[in-house]
Amino acid sequence: MRELLLSAGYDHWILTVLLVVPVLGALVVWIGASALESGGGTDAAGTPPGTAAAARFARWVALLTFVAEFVLSVGLWWSFDPSIDGWQSLISVPWITTWRVNYTLGVDGIAVVLILLTTLLMPLTVMGSWTSVREKVPTFYALMLILTTGMIGVFVSLDLFLFYVMWEVMLVPMYFIIGIWGGERRIYASIKFFIYTMIGSFLMLVAILYVGFHVGGTAAGQAPDFSYPDLLARLRVTPIAARWLFGAFFLAFAIKVPMFPFHTWLPDAHVEAPTAGSVILAGIMLKMGTFGFLRFAAPLFPSAALDPGIRAIILGLAVTGVLYGALVALVQPDFKKLVAYSSVSHLGFVMLGIFAFTQQSVQGAILVMLNHGISTGALFLLIGMIYERTHTRQISDYGGIARVVPLFSTLLTFVALSSIGLPGTNGFVGEFLVLIGSFRTVPYHAMLATVGVIFAAAYLLWAIQRILFNSLDKPRNAALRDLNWRELALMAPLVACIIWLGVYPAPILRRTDHAAAAFVQEVEHGSGTQRPSSRVAYAPGARP
Amino acid sequence: MSGGSVHQALSVAVSQAVPLPGSPAAVAPTFDLHIPSQLTLALGPDIVLFVGTTVLMLWAAWRPDSREHQSNVGRASLALVFVTMAAVVGYDLAHVTAGPGVIAVDAFRWASDLIFLAASAGTIALSIDYNAREGILAAESHVMVLFATSGMMLLAAGRDLMIIFLGIELMSVAVYILAGFNRRSARSAEGALKYFLLGAFSTGFLLYGIALIYGATGSTNLTVIGDRIHLYSLAGTPLVTVGVALILVGFAFKIAAVPFHMWAPDVYEGAPTPITGFMAAAVKAAAFAAFLRVWLEAFGDVVYQWHDAMWFLAILTMLAGNVVALVQRNIKRMLAYSSIAQAGYVLVGVVAGTTLGASAFLFFLAAYTLATLGAFAVIVALGDAGETQLDIGDYAGLWTTRPWLAAAMTACMLSLLGFPIFGGIGFLAKWYMLQAALEASYFGDAKPQVELAVMIVVTSVISAGYYLRLVTIMFMRPVRADGGAAGNAAPRAGHLTQWVVGVSVALLLALGLAPAYLVSWTAKSAPVIANRPTYLLPSSAIPPR
Repeated sequence: MRELLLSAGYDHWILTVLLVVPVLGALVVWIGASALESGGGTDAAGTPPGTAAAARFARWVALLTFVAEFVLSVGLWWSFDPSIDGWQSLISVPWITTWRVNYTLGVDGIAVVLILLTTLLMPLTVMGSWTSVREKVPTFYALMLILTTGMIGVFVSLDLFLFYVMWEVMLVPMYFIIGIWGGERRIYASIKFFIYTMIGSFLMLVAILYVGFHVGGTAAGQAPDFSYPDLLARLRVTPIAARWLFGAFFLAFAIKVPMFPFHTWLPDAHVEAPTAGSVILAGIMLKMGTFGFLRFAAPLFPSAALDPGIRAIILGLAVTGVLYGALVALVQPDFKKLVAYSSVSHLGFVMLGIFAFTQQSVQGAILVMLNHGISTGALFLLIGMIYERTHTRQISDYGGIARVVPLFSTLLTFVALSSIGLPGTNGFVGEFLVLIGSFRTVPYHAMLATVGVIFAAAYLLWAIQRILFNSLDKPRNAALRDLNWRELALMAPLVACIIWLGVYPAPILRRTDHAAAAFVQEVEHGSGTQRPSSRVAYAPGARP
Repeated sequence: MSGGSVHQALSVAVSQAVPLPGSPAAVAPTFDLHIPSQLTLALGPDIVLFVGTTVLMLWAAWRPDSREHQSNVGRASLALVFVTMAAVVGYDLAHVTAGPGVIAVDAFRWASDLIFLAASAGTIALSIDYNAREGILAAESHVMVLFATSGMMLLAAGRDLMIIFLGIELMSVAVYILAGFNRRSARSAEGALKYFLLGAFSTGFLLYGIALIYGATGSTNLTVIGDRIHLYSLAGTPLVTVGVALILVGFAFKIAAVPFHMWAPDVYEGAPTPITGFMAAAVKAAAFAAFLRVWLEAFGDVVYQWHDAMWFLAILTMLAGNVVALVQRNIKRMLAYSSIAQAGYVLVGVVAGTTLGASAFLFFLAAYTLATLGAFAVIVALGDAGETQLDIGDYAGLWTTRPWLAAAMTACMLSLLGFPIFGGIGFLAKWYMLQAALEASYFGDAKPQVELAVMIVVTSVISAGYYLRLVTIMFMRPVRADGGAAGNAAPRAGHLTQWVVGVSVALLLALGLAPAYLVSWTAKSAPVIANRPTYLLPSSAIPPR
């Protein structure tokens, strides 16, 4: 299969196509829907028939675009060769020559896995919001499509300028999705989300410029150099400067992760966002932060990342996040907020895995990122489904509904167990790898984090009990409809992934093997004069 | 008049006047400014505009005021602006240069001219619709915009303090009149009077400064001043220091830098909306263009005297402009403070004092002009007769009633905020400015500018508070019960207004995706800095530390 794809030049165009397809989809949605909307007057009910037609059109176009995107990214998964080091599917085209900014794209194993997660979740979120989004439907789906370009762009950019642009592109559609289609406090939540993210990213902007000048200036001429492989190969800053720069990147990524204590935007945004927004936020956008640490912050500034003080702070915050998130989740009366805080806890595991700097823990961290995307995404989708029926997220408003909605209850229990990390589900593999990997370098942190796994069982099982298994004492819950075919169909791929990754995670591990090893190597030996990593290599002909 | 024919005419005229070595086609024409005919040629576009304006002035006064006459004169003015633009482009493409003299013939001048002309074209187009709605019949308003533009072009060209003073006066007097053009509005009159009094006051500072500099150096020519300060080591002498300080105060008034900004919000609020846009975009850009040229060409050697003052001026302007904008409810006042804040960003390019700083300066002005023009065009499009709906709450729910205008306003706000893709070129402008600030600190031996770069981003975060609030109100709040500006009662925008909104936002977004040409154009259009301390040279000439 790989040869077949490569013979079609797949690795030359796939990444660009992945970026362009959603934008084209958004344009089709937008233009088609406005043509349909202007189609005609109003029917007896007072709603213009054109609006309903436009909404239907927008849903189908968005779904088909995302399915196409998923198929394309499966091709990327196949064409990716796990046995070789370095960047794959690399392309580089000059964009702004005067500033030496290039349109450089490429993937490593980590990016491939996360791209697949993104393209898997997006069609499911479209199906999940099929009936729950009723107002301004075309705009909603157009924003979702543009958001996808931004998210994939973050994973594939190998030029820091392009990376920053993509990083910001993600922000605006999500701000509108939360602010227009969200819950009661949506405006507050969307502005908080926007400003928090912006504070971090603007400081990162200064840091990006600084490293660009640092590398470009010492090489040829006065133009800065923002190519990531170049930076990886040649960036040498003083330890003090490295700490400042690492700090700027850290702030941007830590807010996005979010690490304790930068997490306060997260419960608001997750809770107020519509279902699709919550799924994307938790499933994909939180990974941007940890991905940023893996790709940029630690490899570019190894001396700062290895600095005992800084590392102690980050590990301390990670473990605090694991425990704090779990404990706060325990007392949430709102189920969506509970899942939001559980994200803080899970992402703490990821940070622990990354900053333990062993290959096992890093691979575990990547797996946890993936698993969290699948399990928490599934949880938010399920919450969305039941919310559509009851319009309440309060755990106390439910009780004993297992008898009324057995399919829903089975799925919720199953997904919750995977989120807890039950052996045999995906959650177990990732957290286990993180814990055994980090036990070798930071045993005390690992031990503390293990307690977090127990807390996870406590808050989720207790919530499950209160929602599904207590007595059915609310009369209005007795008439709930169970899941329909659409909802079952959209949960099926997620359930399949939960089992597949729990039983046989080898395909993921094989693909992240080299990238994780390269990451550890870059960080641990990066302060020397010669970078050992193969990732500094550039494709022939890409640069003069 | 097309660019090509200007080029040919110029080449012919110059090759007849000056025997050039080598083939005439290969060597760009050079004007000898001491020969009157060549000086006239060097002022070609300015003369086209000025003569055309004078003719239009007569035509405007010739016939009684009426709606048609107002509109006709406006359209003729637009045509004149486009002809002048073509002339400027022709001169730019001809790569004409000039020897020493009272005016500069360089790419910086043409680049600045194009920015002014674009802004005045937008202003005139908006004014035609606006005047019709407000019942302003006087056709002279368009002519006043053209006179102000003539002054601006003179400012960009001036390489002599007297020419610059002339340009400032020509521009300012026309704008004083424009600010008070709506005679039925007490606010407009109040703003105009305030502007006039403070403007006259600041001109006094400027003139006093010029006199002192002349006393110290014996010349008003920028190049000669620069050379003499260098040659006789005049930097730090009391006369030069005080002179520079006074000129700085004069310019700071014109660009509304904090703490010399007090006039701006009242004037911006009172003036007719298109004129407010004109003041925020073009007038400010013109003052800046002259400011930059004077500072780079004449006062390069005095850098240690002015650097700290400008540094604080930039920081204060960024901080105060953005913070005070946060509490504004009136959209014109909010944009006034926003434009003060943006002036702070532009000042960073001047403080950097490098070639890169000057390029970033031009790029930023282009981006800022587009965004400002677009934003004011949306305000004009949404306004009603008498301009009663200028509270930002009046824009609630705009997206549901006028989606295109809401989207356009959002693009302009995000551009001013400095956001990529959705804000188009605005992000690139800020990026360029940050680049300039960081480069100056990295290569230079002057004071480090990293603080300025950090200040740009910190204040940008603050500015999200008000730019984003408008977006939030337009998209996320329901239409108010009384309708507000978003209500159905709002009049449809005139065609010209729609064109201004469309063109400026389309340019904003398109240049944000494909900025390569604009970047290289502004990079080559930076004024040439020669015979200056090492830190003012292009950084390629300095070995990195």
